[in-house]
Amino acid sequence: MRWLRRNVIVIAGLATLAYLILPNVVVMVFSFNKPNGRFNYSWQRFSTDAWKDPCGVADMCGSLSLSLQIATWATLGATVLGTMIAFALVRYRFRARGAINSLIFLPMAMPEVVMAASLLTLFLNLGAQLGFWTILIAHIMFCLSFVVTAVKARVMSMDPRLEEAARDLYAGPVQTFVRVTLPIAAPGIVAGALLAFALSFDDFIITNFNAGSTVTFPMFVWGSAQRGTPVQINVIGTAMFVIAVVVVVAGQLVANRRSNSAKA
Amino acid sequence: MTDDKNDGGDVRLTGISKTYGSFTAVHPLELTVPQGSFFALLGASGCGKTTTLRMIAGLEEPTTGTVFLGDKDVTDLPPYKRPVNTVFQSYALFPHLDVSENVAFGLRRRGIKSVKKQVDDMLELVQLGDFAKRKPHQLSGGQQQRVAVARALINHPQVLLLDEPLGALDLKLRRQMQLELKRIQTEVGITFIHVTHDQEEAMTMADTVAVMNGGRVEQLGAPADLYENPRTTFVANFLGTSNLIEAEVVEKSGEDLVVTAGGAKLKLPGGRCSAPDTSGGKILVGVRPEKISLAHKDDEGSIAAGRNRVPGRIVDSSFIGVSTQYVIDSPAGQGLSVYEQNIERDTRLVPGAEVVLHWNPAHTFGLDAAQAIDAGVEKVEDAA
Repeated sequence: MRWLRRNVIVIAGLATLAYLILPNVVVMVFSFNKPNGRFNYSWQRFSTDAWKDPCGVADMCGSLSLSLQIATWATLGATVLGTMIAFALVRYRFRARGAINSLIFLPMAMPEVVMAASLLTLFLNLGAQLGFWTILIAHIMFCLSFVVTAVKARVMSMDPRLEEAARDLYAGPVQTFVRVTLPIAAPGIVAGALLAFALSFDDFIITNFNAGSTVTFPMFVWGSAQRGTPVQINVIGTAMFVIAVVVVVAGQLVANRRSNSAKA
Repeated sequence: MTDDKNDGGDVRLTGISKTYGSFTAVHPLELTVPQGSFFALLGASGCGKTTTLRMIAGLEEPTTGTVFLGDKDVTDLPPYKRPVNTVFQSYALFPHLDVSENVAFGLRRRGIKSVKKQVDDMLELVQLGDFAKRKPHQLSGGQQQRVAVARALINHPQVLLLDEPLGALDLKLRRQMQLELKRIQTEVGITFIHVTHDQEEAMTMADTVAVMNGGRVEQLGAPADLYENPRTTFVANFLGTSNLIEAEVVEKSGEDLVVTAGGAKLKLPGGRCSAPDTSGGKILVGVRPEKISLAHKDDEGSIAAGRNRVPGRIVDSSFIGVSTQYVIDSPAGQGLSVYEQNIERDTRLVPGAEVVLHWNPAHTFGLDAAQAIDAGVEKVEDAA
């Protein structure tokens, strides 16, 4: 009893962690399944067949590559635009600044389905051809608000005197931006970019409305779920998860080593 | 961009002013800072001293006027093209760079490749040789301050601008850094322009002090001169403490001016009165608290003739080690301050005692009575 009382926080923490991780573990475990029939919903027996042939399902890797391309370009676009907006909002006083500050949040607040439908209406009225470009434009649009929020928080905590100091120390405008502003704002920008990538990569609703005949990876998973779920979906899911974890851990290690070497 | 850095030259501000909308931060200002001097701009917050400094640095564009460095008009040059460096109040060290890279920043921006020797020498000068690889946040306030100085000085600027560089340090460290900065200035011989609200700091460090108030320079001079001969009530009150007594001019007798205040007849040297000295005119008579001696009323007879004397009663006394500070009410004025050295303490000088304040007339100065008598008095909320 006493033991329980003393360790209750640890137990609660572990339980929460399990709650977060369990779905990922299920995805991972079932990537080694060899299902009977077309649905990968019940455990049969261990197999690495899917891992040996991840692109063995028709069209899946094509949609995956499309999703990665869209996510990359959407991240790039949203990060560049969002960073500039964030700097403008924090550093400058201009008319309608307050209004823009709230407008930026609209895509976050708006129900995704509504936004998806409205976008479709807009694209159709403009006579745009649905496909890669409409998806990309839509993704940049909704990623933007997340990037702005992440970068703004960082820029707000930056001392504008740092840039003055740089200018005072013979750094021209470009040098000041590259040598001082950018490195200091980088954590916010990277956080915004990662968020944008994740949001774009697995967006389904908005993409589904505005894709036309183009099929992204989330759309492929949804579509195949009607007819049967290939194990390869779990393989891709697991791979994405592992890559993300490795990137995060590597980032932590680099940061730790840097602060350690600074202390030494 | 800094070919002429060794030619040096004075810093000259002519007709320089700065307005923000309808607010005038700095009124048109004429100021010359001689080459190689340690110059302080002293004033309360919001008096325009930092704005003036930033206009010299190029971080603020003057509304009118010209900034000269030597013979060169630098008014339109951006900060990165001026041979001038700044030590910021918050230090503004680059958090992502270590100490040596912070110090090397200016050299690198000017395309100098081999910076190690210079950086090491500079860190040695500010006694931070062992901290080269630390990040700014791993340093104490005093160490960060020295990095900021090193980062500016390594560029051998024509002028070093210091914006309240010691404001964030505790008192003891501040005293230490004052001497340190003074030593560095003597060593490198660069013109220092130091902005501060701390009058003691300004007087300790600077050769010349310009007292600013409300966007104007009230008075400029050597610390001792400013202290002994203030020409406005603001300077009299802001630099140390002054007893200002409202008085009426009676007559001029030779070199001296005779005035009455609360029934007491006082003399002051005519040359130390900056107010019109017509008979019957009002002036403010000033005397510093440490110039006044206190005698118990019973000993009045022993006071030497020819001294100014004012009767009064002790309201309060506080013992602060080297001296005792008295607050005295008298017919001439309420709440006069007197600082007495604790050499031979007269045990009768306690609150309630009747006393006579007396001082050498030569230590008296006269000011125009048309100004606010309490201008520049430090308010409690400013003291922090």
